Amino acid sequence: MAKKRRQIPIPILEPIEVGSESPRLEVRRTPKLYIGGAFPRSESGRTDQLALKHGDLANVARASRKDMREAVRVARAASDSWGSKGAMVRGQILYRVAELMEGRAAQFEADLIAHGRGRRAAAAEVSAAIDRVVWFAGWPDKIPAVLGGTNPVASSHFVFTIPEPTGVVAIIAPESSALLGLVTRLSAVLAGGNVAVLLASESAPLPAVTLAETLAVSDVPGGVVNILTGRRAELIPHLVRHADVDGYDLWGCPDALMIEAEQGAAEHVARVARRPHGSEDHEDAFDGERGERIDALSAFLEMKTVWHPIGS
Amino acid sequence: MATGRRPRRGSTTASLLTGSAGSSPAATPAPSALSASSPWSYAPAPESRDVAQIRSRYGLFIDGKERAPSGGEVTITYNPATEEPLAEIAKGTPEDADRAIEAASRAYRKVWSRLHPRERAKYLYRISRILQERSREFAVTETLDSGKPIRESRDVDVPLAAAHFWYYAGWADKLAYAVPGRRPESHGVVGQVIPWNFPLLMLAWKIAPALAAGNTVVLKPASTTPLTALLFADVCRQAGLPDGVVNIITGPGSTGMAIVTDPRVAKVAFTGSTSVGVTIAKGIAGQGKGLTLELGGKAANIVFEDAALDQAVEGVINGIFFNQGEVCCAGSRLLVQESIAEEFLARLRNRMSTLRVGDPMDKNTDVGAINSRAQMETIGELVASGVSEGAEIWQPACDLPTRGWFFRPTLFTNVAQSHRIAREEIFGPVLATITFRTVAEAIEKANNTAYGLSAGIWTEKGSRILHVANALKAGVVWANTFNRFDPTSPFGGYKESGYGREGGLQGLHAYLRSS
Repeated sequence: MAKKRRQIPIPILEPIEVGSESPRLEVRRTPKLYIGGAFPRSESGRTDQLALKHGDLANVARASRKDMREAVRVARAASDSWGSKGAMVRGQILYRVAELMEGRAAQFEADLIAHGRGRRAAAAEVSAAIDRVVWFAGWPDKIPAVLGGTNPVASSHFVFTIPEPTGVVAIIAPESSALLGLVTRLSAVLAGGNVAVLLASESAPLPAVTLAETLAVSDVPGGVVNILTGRRAELIPHLVRHADVDGYDLWGCPDALMIEAEQGAAEHVARVARRPHGSEDHEDAFDGERGERIDALSAFLEMKTVWHPIGS
Repeated sequence: MATGRRPRRGSTTASLLTGSAGSSPAATPAPSALSASSPWSYAPAPESRDVAQIRSRYGLFIDGKERAPSGGEVTITYNPATEEPLAEIAKGTPEDADRAIEAASRAYRKVWSRLHPRERAKYLYRISRILQERSREFAVTETLDSGKPIRESRDVDVPLAAAHFWYYAGWADKLAYAVPGRRPESHGVVGQVIPWNFPLLMLAWKIAPALAAGNTVVLKPASTTPLTALLFADVCRQAGLPDGVVNIITGPGSTGMAIVTDPRVAKVAFTGSTSVGVTIAKGIAGQGKGLTLELGGKAANIVFEDAALDQAVEGVINGIFFNQGEVCCAGSRLLVQESIAEEFLARLRNRMSTLRVGDPMDKNTDVGAINSRAQMETIGELVASGVSEGAEIWQPACDLPTRGWFFRPTLFTNVAQSHRIAREEIFGPVLATITFRTVAEAIEKANNTAYGLSAGIWTEKGSRILHVANALKAGVVWANTFNRFDPTSPFGGYKESGYGREGGLQGLHAYLRSS
């Protein structure tokens, strides 16, 4: 320590101008599928080029039928455990998703802007989407009181009706409301205790990709939400005929595919939710009270009624 | 047994109906506890049919008036207990359906939707009262047309039908409380198709909530059991119900399809087989209609070793022989714990031997006539499959009437879950027994079906009831009871047993939409 180090001569280099003219190269994200808590590319190796604002292109994974089947398989595997979680826990897990979305607000905004939303509208939609998740986070432990109850039968029996989740629900997410519509329909399904296979907006899939990345680090177990990007016309006809899917939220189903979708669902007596009368697939279809509805929640609940005699 | 009461047919009946079973020693009917010397023998106690004035011919009920069918054709409805024709029934055509829908549509726009909800309620109360006042007439008509025992139509079908109108009457002017925070609206014209097993009760389940919610109705009863629906048309007239609010169209399935697929019909409700339910759901795909389906079932009635056995035996008997087993929620699979199986089955056979099968109009009859020849053939075919697939058949030695469509109560043991009699809805007095060892195995086997309408649990342990009830994929779970119904209590299935509920607040929701 006390010894004096030998001086090493330092070579003198010519200074180079770095970064003053060429900006830092952005590290781009690969938009992937979200299946079973992992982020695979499509097994088919296919992507679709999607034009973004400012001339950028994204190579969005184009899910195949096989990806879809895999998503249904892992969803089914995750179904019992999610459906039997305590109502309050399910609510807290949803609330946690909102917490994490808040931290990623900038990314969600950037996604919406990339899909052509104005800066201000994008910020408003992200805020509304986070608040919507919070709105649904409060539902799980109130559903039985609102939709179930005890039944005052005429005979000497104690009879109660409780809502239970249907199981695996496939969601055709709204096409235009790429974030707010997406989280509204998804949160409703999750709040009811169902697991989801979700087909993202075809023209604006990036918010769904970011949501997948948010869910992956949330407390939502892998497999409870599975998000596919790709071509609707290619996937919907097969998704609706998958016999292990118990219900379909067809809110975002294109009109041209609606008959086929409902017929497919009918073949295995699957439950169906759809756009209510008079509502259109618009950017603002889920604003405010229009989105604070439980139709996509109650559509995928099974009412179980239990009878027992009263006697001594 | 009052042997002089009914002509004997002897043991040939069973062999005729069960195919190869007849030649099997296992199928030989056991000695009856109802032999003439038995203290169980009852004197005949026939209900008088005078109270039911069945006309020789019935038209359609459209816009408050009786109309001849546009095609001029009629079908005949038979008394299943005697195979005698009861009346000629109009064969409604798609053209008649169109007229009925037009009438319902007009009544909805001009009268029913404009009526103060309080007045709507009062019409429903009136209907309920009239059903109570004319209950005997309805019970007798129902039994003559459907073959169900008069004891059941008198004590179950008709009082429950009246109770449904009573219950939903009270909802008519309280709809804002049914969908808190939302504005409930009626759909408009509702198209309803109902089955033949509970003709009047299913009509009540359909029409009462529909009218209470402010809709108007076009209903098609089953082609083999139209009489109480047509008698109900008379109740509507007597109640002063505005023309067109309720329209009754008799006819074949194709007429039913014409009703439900019509674009003016905004909501569809169907009770019947899963295959027809699927056809209807596909037929209206993309039309944006509301739909509720109450379809088939294959309920497990689970008896645990600690159950009160005699009560459980009664419950199992009621579960499968109520209405000849022609019940979508019938407990057609008996799951009995292995440790008590032998004793339980002995008690069950003993009890089955005391079932009185025969004239539905006799007040002592437990098991009446099968609704139609076609249904007899379906049951016979499935029972034969049970025998050929290797299950063991047992039937009590009761006498069956020589005329009419009667099926001997049938118990199968050694049934595998893969057997058709364990998987397919038989809709007859046929019970398939499967054993289990553990609670988990019972749940697994009970849920091993495409259906999910109902289930039964028999145990004295409360925590087990709640655990098993929780795990069963079934819309109605009866614990230490079975086949109970009440207008305040929702009924309907999981999985391929359909969707939507009938009864209670949940049943009302199906007939409302909220903005």
